[in-house]
Amino acid sequence: MRFGFMFSEVAQGLRRNIAMVISIILVTFISLTFVGTASLLQLQIGQMKNYWYDKAQVAIYLCTDVSPEATCPRGEASEDVKTEVQERLDSPTLTPFIEEYYFEDHDQAYANFQEQFSGNAVAQYVRAEQLNETYWVNLFDPNQSQIITESFTGLAGVEEVRDQRSYLDQIFNILNIASLAAITIASLMLVSSVLLISTTIRLSAFSRRRELGIMRLVGASNFSIQLPFILEGVVAAFLGSVLAAGAVLGLVAFFVQGFLAERLPFTSFVSISDGMLVVPLLIAAGVVLAAVASGLAIRRYLKI
Amino acid sequence: MISLQNVTKKYKGTPRPALDQVSLEIEKGDFVFLVGASGSGKSSLMRLMLREDIPNSGSVHVLGENLVGLPARRVPFFRRKLGVVFQDFRLLPNKTVAQNVAFSLEVIGKSQGFIQEAVPDVLGLVGLAEKADRLPSELSGGEQQRVALARAIVNKPAILLADEPTGNLDPTTSEGIMALLHSINLAGTTVVMATHDRSIVDKMQRRVVELSQGQIIRDQASGGYGVRS
Repeated sequence: MRFGFMFSEVAQGLRRNIAMVISIILVTFISLTFVGTASLLQLQIGQMKNYWYDKAQVAIYLCTDVSPEATCPRGEASEDVKTEVQERLDSPTLTPFIEEYYFEDHDQAYANFQEQFSGNAVAQYVRAEQLNETYWVNLFDPNQSQIITESFTGLAGVEEVRDQRSYLDQIFNILNIASLAAITIASLMLVSSVLLISTTIRLSAFSRRRELGIMRLVGASNFSIQLPFILEGVVAAFLGSVLAAGAVLGLVAFFVQGFLAERLPFTSFVSISDGMLVVPLLIAAGVVLAAVASGLAIRRYLKI
Repeated sequence: MISLQNVTKKYKGTPRPALDQVSLEIEKGDFVFLVGASGSGKSSLMRLMLREDIPNSGSVHVLGENLVGLPARRVPFFRRKLGVVFQDFRLLPNKTVAQNVAFSLEVIGKSQGFIQEAVPDVLGLVGLAEKADRLPSELSGGEQQRVALARAIVNKPAILLADEPTGNLDPTTSEGIMALLHSINLAGTTVVMATHDRSIVDKMQRRVVELSQGQIIRDQASGGYGVRS
């Protein structure tokens, strides 16, 4: 079938069902925007993980006089404890995993605390002795923090071994839940957009049943009968996914880069180029989904 | 050209088969009337020849194709070798006469050049050259059937199937359509026409196949509508 003829058929079909076509465009637009947002959130999580996990250290907090009785019955950690910890860190079993470690005493901890909480009322009340002396350990592979935790937890004079990633994981959990929510909403919306597309295509086929009957009688091939309908769905979904792509890029440009990045300067955020990665995904998803939905709909409607 | 062997066709929900062990041979260039009461199986027979249906048993061969075994994707290409007209014309109301004929060529991928030549030719053949730009609603019933005929034969089919083509027309108009069918037949196209129109069959004195209750009860080389005519 010639292209000019086919496109005039497609345009005619779109015009006849304009209300349905608009609703397809809007529903795919919204659902794919959610898909895009979820993928960007995942990218963001990945990026933050890369950035922060490398910097995350394992802290071996030593006991202080104000530590809870249960873990530190003997109060402030003695020099022996420090020697013991240091020896273990230098032992051949642990050295292969440790990139470097350093010791932070009360005064350094106090200085860091003052810096971190400067202006905050708590900075005035805290005393150096209340802050733990700490061994900060950088691992070659941050995933192996378990080794340090196991080696030092329960050691007399050690209050707690803490992987900093456990703080980060909470943040990532929240982000993950958010992206899961977005995916859930997106899939519900996508289901309705698939149903909407197949209903629209069936309506379109119904309104053209005379033409279809004649096409079948004179021997138009199944492909050339079905293609205009499939294209109809695809064109509508394509417009929707282009809008969604625009919305996702807009979100990155104006909200993430324009708003978040300015207010949280030390965090790396997804950039426009990450957004551009998502765009082809959205458009492909929209087009493939529409092609499958309208293809199935028209196939069921047009038995030979 | 058309060959049916022991064809039986049953439809769901009806105990009596629509066609019961029907065998029929139609040669190239034949002009065959299918006659019989409503429900005698004429339409079922036509549907089988057009591969709109396949029989429950028996074989149907048309133009060298075994229609029972023909895969669905090749059905359209088979149908291009056939022309069909119906009692209700089946024209597209929003297209002109010429566009209606051109549509059937466009959808099978004929070139614009071919369409521009073939359409005026065939409209001239059916006597509608003057009305190429009219809409079907502006034409009389006879003229509309001529458009349908033009559409059916524009692709030079070997077989023309006509399902009660004069069913909606008055006798004078019907005669015009029959004259047209006759000339199409003379040009070499095999014509199979299902009809209730007694006077036409009696007048033409061509081959008559009479169906009753799904069986062929008469196959006469040159006959009338009823047995005693």
